[in-house]
Amino acid sequence: MATLTAPANIVFTRPEGLTEFPTHYCPGCTHGIAHRLIAEVLEEMNVLDRAIGVAPVGCAVFAYNYFDCDFVEAAHGRAPAMATGIKRVLPDRVVFTYQGDGDLASIGMAEIVHAAARGENITVIFINNANYGMTGGQMAPTTLPGMKTTSSPSGRDVETQGYPIRMAEMLATLEGAGYVVRRSLHDPKNIRLARKAIRLAFETQVRGLGFSMVELLSTCPTNWGLSPVEALRFVEERMVPYFPLGDYRVSPAVAQIRV
Amino acid sequence: MARELWKGNEAIAEAAIRAGLQAYFGYPITPQTEVLEWMARRMPELGRVFVQAESEVAAINMVYGAACTGARVMTTSSSPGISLMMEGLSYIAGTEVPVVLVNVMRGGPGLGNIAPSQGDYQQAVRGGGHGDYPRIVLAPSSIQEAIDLVTLSFDLAEKYRTIVMIIADGSIGQMMEPAEMPPMQPLYHRQWDWAVTGKMGRERRVLSSIYLDPYQEEQTNLRLFRRWQEIQANEVRYRAYHLEDAEFVVIGFGTAGRVALSAVRAARQEGLKVGLLRPISLSPFPHQVVAELAQRVSGFLVVEMNTGQMLEDVELANAGRVPLRFYGRPGGVVPFPDEILHEIHALVEAPPAPGEDARLAWLERMTRLTGGDGWQR
Repeated sequence: MATLTAPANIVFTRPEGLTEFPTHYCPGCTHGIAHRLIAEVLEEMNVLDRAIGVAPVGCAVFAYNYFDCDFVEAAHGRAPAMATGIKRVLPDRVVFTYQGDGDLASIGMAEIVHAAARGENITVIFINNANYGMTGGQMAPTTLPGMKTTSSPSGRDVETQGYPIRMAEMLATLEGAGYVVRRSLHDPKNIRLARKAIRLAFETQVRGLGFSMVELLSTCPTNWGLSPVEALRFVEERMVPYFPLGDYRVSPAVAQIRV
Repeated sequence: MARELWKGNEAIAEAAIRAGLQAYFGYPITPQTEVLEWMARRMPELGRVFVQAESEVAAINMVYGAACTGARVMTTSSSPGISLMMEGLSYIAGTEVPVVLVNVMRGGPGLGNIAPSQGDYQQAVRGGGHGDYPRIVLAPSSIQEAIDLVTLSFDLAEKYRTIVMIIADGSIGQMMEPAEMPPMQPLYHRQWDWAVTGKMGRERRVLSSIYLDPYQEEQTNLRLFRRWQEIQANEVRYRAYHLEDAEFVVIGFGTAGRVALSAVRAARQEGLKVGLLRPISLSPFPHQVVAELAQRVSGFLVVEMNTGQMLEDVELANAGRVPLRFYGRPGGVVPFPDEILHEIHALVEAPPAPGEDARLAWLERMTRLTGGDGWQR
C-alpha cells in the first residue's frame, strides 16, 4: 500500500478564498476560472475577512457556497442595488457582485447603470457568455447576431430581436466609473490578463476611486452545443470580434495604481 | 420635548431618524415625497446614509442589502411605488431580515390619483410579494401616532426579524398638526448573530432567500408562521372609544377611523350608544376583540376609504353574529363625519338582516346615490 507523504514542494493549491464545496458548473465552463481568479485576488490583497459578495440569479446563483467570505443572494438583476446598500452602511468592507449577462444587461440594466453613474465603490464581475445559462440557453442581450438559442431557434434576427449590448463600452461613458474593462477567459494569456484586471478593479474599490467592472467573455459549452475546446475557440473567433477586449475607462487615479 | 407643529411626512422621517435610522433609500412619489426630501437634508448632516435610488425596485433592494448587515434601515413610498417594491419585500421576508417600510397610500388602481386612500389594505395585509409570508402592518390616524408607530416599528422589526409596514394615507402624510417628537436615540450598528458584515475572524455567513430543497423551504415557511403565532399573541394593537356601554360599534382604521370618531361623538351627543374600534395593527388584526364585541353589541358599521377590504377581516371575526353595515369611499375620496353619522343612524334605525351581504348592499346604495356619474348627496 502506498503511503501518503507530504509533498516536498507544493506548487499549486486551492486558494484560501474558495471553500471545499464542489461547484455545480458544467464541464468546460469558465465560471470556475473566474471564481478562482477572484478568490486569488481577495487572498492576495488580504481582504477575505472584510469581503462581502453578492450572488446573482443565473448559473452563479450558488456562488455563495464557493467563496470563503460573507455572502448575500440578490434578486435577479438587483445585485448592484443590494451591494449599494451594503457598501453605504459598511464603507470599509470590500463589496463585489458576480453577475451574468441576463442578470446584469437585461433585467438589471437600470441597477448596473445607476450604480456606475453614482460611482458606487463596488466591484462588479460580469460574466458574458452570450446566453441565459441557468434556464437552458435562451437569448440574452449579449447573444450574437445569427446565434442560435432556445428562444432564437433560427438564430438571433436583429430585425426583430435587436442587437447585442456592449456593456463595458456603455458603462465607460459614465463619470462615476473608475475602472471598466473587458477581458476573456479563453486561453492562459487572457486568463492572466483577466486576473490582473480583477486585481485592479478591487484596488479601485479599496482606494475609493469609484465603480469598477471587469467584463469576462466566458464559455457555455452545454448550451452552445460545443465541446469545451470548441467553446473556447468560439469565444476567440466569434465573441472577441463583437466584444473587443480592452480598457474602456481607466480614470487617471486608477491609472496610477501599480500592482 | 414640547409639542410642535409637524407635517406628517416630515414627522415620519424625523421620527425614524430619532429612532436611530442609519440609512434611508427612497424614490420620489406624491404624496410621500417630503419624507425623501427631509431625509435628503437631515441624513447627510448627521453623517448618515441617504441615497435617492433610480427606482423603487432599486430602493427596496438597497434596503435589503443594508438590512442584511444588521443596520437600522427604511424606505417610504406611495401605492404605485409600493407595488414595485413587492419583489424585494418577498426576498426580505424569505431572508428574515428586519425592514421598516411606510406606504403613504393614494387613490388607485394604476396611476390613480394623489388623494388619500386606503386601497392598499389587502396588498399590505394579505398579499404583495409572492410566497407564504406574514408581516406586521400598522396604521396611524394622527401625526403623533405616526411618530410613535415609526419608533415602535424598528423594535418590532428587529425583535421578530420581520417586515413592518406602516400604512398611512395622503392626508396623514400631507396635513400638519401638533405632535411631540421623541428624543434622539443613540446611533449605533447593532451586532446580530445573523448579520453579514464580513467575516472579521468568525465563520462566514450567508444570507439568502433560496431553499432549493422543498423540505427546507417548508421548514422555513413553518418557522415564519411559528414566529407569526408569537406576533399574533403579543402585538395586537387597537384603540377603543366609548365601547363600555356601546350597543353599536363603528370599526375603521387610520384616517377613516379618525373621521368616524367625529361621527361617533356626534351620535353620542344625540344620546346614541355608539362606540368606535380603531384597529392599529391591521396585521395581526384584532379578530378576538371584534369577536368579543360581536357577543354583546347589536350591530357593526365598517368604514373604510376603499371598497371593503378590512370588511373581510371584520366579517371573519363577526362570523355572521351581528348585523353588519359597510360604508366605503374608494378612489381617493375622504368621507365627511356627517356621511358616517348618516350611516350610524341607518344602522341603528334599520339594522341589516343577518346574513345580508354588506358590501353588495353598500354598492347598491352608492350606485343610487351617485347615479353612476358623480356624487349627488
